[in-house]
Amino acid sequence: MANVITDETIEYVGILAKLELSDEEREQAKTDMGRMLDYIDKLAELDTTGIEPMSHVFPVQNVFREDVVTNGDESEKTLKNAPGEKDNMFMVPKTFD
Amino acid sequence: MAKQYETVIGLEVHVELATKTKIFCGCSTAFGGAPNTHTCPVCTGMPGSLPVLNKQVLQYAVAVGLATNCTITQYCKFDRKNYFYPDNPQNYQISQLYLPICRNGHVEIETSEGKKSVGIHEIHMEEDAGKLIHDEWEDCSLVDYNRSGVPLIEIVSEPDMRSAEEVIAYLEKLRMLIQYLGASDCKLNEGSMRADVNLSVREVGADAFGTRTEMKNLNSFRAITHAIEGERERQIELLESGQQVTQETRRWDDAKEYSYAMRSKEDAQDYRYFPDPDLTPVYISDEWLQEIRGSQPEFREEKMARYKKEYDIPDYDIGIITDSKHLADLFEETVAICGQPKKVSNWLMGETLRLLKEKNMDPGEICFSPEHLAKLIGLVDSKAVNSTVAKEVFEVMFAEDIDPESYVEEKGLKTVHDEGALRKTVEEVIAANPQSVEDYHNGKEKAIGFLVGQTMKAMKGKAEPGMVNKVLKELL
Repeated sequence: MANVITDETIEYVGILAKLELSDEEREQAKTDMGRMLDYIDKLAELDTTGIEPMSHVFPVQNVFREDVVTNGDESEKTLKNAPGEKDNMFMVPKTFD
Repeated sequence: MAKQYETVIGLEVHVELATKTKIFCGCSTAFGGAPNTHTCPVCTGMPGSLPVLNKQVLQYAVAVGLATNCTITQYCKFDRKNYFYPDNPQNYQISQLYLPICRNGHVEIETSEGKKSVGIHEIHMEEDAGKLIHDEWEDCSLVDYNRSGVPLIEIVSEPDMRSAEEVIAYLEKLRMLIQYLGASDCKLNEGSMRADVNLSVREVGADAFGTRTEMKNLNSFRAITHAIEGERERQIELLESGQQVTQETRRWDDAKEYSYAMRSKEDAQDYRYFPDPDLTPVYISDEWLQEIRGSQPEFREEKMARYKKEYDIPDYDIGIITDSKHLADLFEETVAICGQPKKVSNWLMGETLRLLKEKNMDPGEICFSPEHLAKLIGLVDSKAVNSTVAKEVFEVMFAEDIDPESYVEEKGLKTVHDEGALRKTVEEVIAANPQSVEDYHNGKEKAIGFLVGQTMKAMKGKAEPGMVNKVLKELL
């Protein structure tokens, strides 16, 4: 494995992804990520001169909707997904800024 | 000698587009609905839901780009900006990083220092977040997703501004262009236009930029001006005392008139952007671009030049009328009917603006039709009503868009031209006010004013003041 993921990197990625890993999971993740990066390095060996970067896997473009209201009040359905509810709003742990 | 510092400012301006529906779903963007009544699986980020781009959002974004001299990215796409916050239900915001819709533009601004060009780095399309309310009672936060998915464009300027005055001129310019396009009402105080200020200072003559800070939560031109002046002072003080400016985001507290650091550099955001696989790329053909270009409205500068040629009204009037597209449209439509530019301008600049200010309304909220204003002008011209009555009728028209002709008829407000009836009333007024008559004969010219007033009152305001004067003088 050419790419070695440091403890700092895995810690940082964990913070970004909001994941708490056990020591065992951490080691596994370090190995997995190293191998993924090796694979990317392999891909990078390809000569892509003159090839446009791909924007989408399907050869489709310009899928639009017209600016017309099609949805009514679906708050009852929406709120079924809420972890908690108060005054027709999602109740979540306190945030601050 | 003390060092001289230059302020360097760049702006990130978010503008809420005036579409009927959200950017990726058919939910209404109407303001003020009960919480979560304008939501669906797409704008609340439910797994398996599929966003589809609102075509009007793209057209508005292109129109704003053309109005600001940008190059339009004819092949563009959307990217995901990843971060966790409860107002962002998908845990990513759909935005544009790699191929923003517009790039490399500029607008001309004018300040007391003269004319100058401000560069526009890029304009991209993105979605707004939900609204968070902090509930003290339950010690939790409540989220309303009605605003989640409302279309925004973010206009990123180059660091070309050097003073608060230039910043205000730039914002006014953007607001004017976007309002003329009908793409947004651009109200800072209601959040349909939001400006984040990036500011740094450097010694005059220096080539390199200083470390910049970003200020958020600026909801008025006054707040922007004060925040810029305060931040300039704060950074200069740091540098003068041998300290360094920290790159950070600061939040402006409007009540206390100072800014404080929001996030430190240590947890600087790493958004891990990547192309959104749910949305297909957008290709704007030359024909389509030409079509949008062809339907751009006449902007303010062109309108002002045309008014100068076409209408015989002072530059001052032209400036005020073209300050709002709504006012300008109303002006042109009314003049087209009655052919009297100066009279139309007088009604708009006088009574209309007075009532708008009094009722704290925008020109966009004017409800009376050009036909009715033209009719009112006709009534005054034909002396069917005098100017005092006309102003009263106008107030009713301003409030409820009544037809002034039928209103005057119904309420019996027409000026009485019957000299016999007037003569009779004047005689009665003279008989009832011997003291004023005597005063008048003793050389007190002012006394006649009182008698005119009494006559108008007796005639319920329906007499012509000139004629009342004439008859009074005759009979005295």
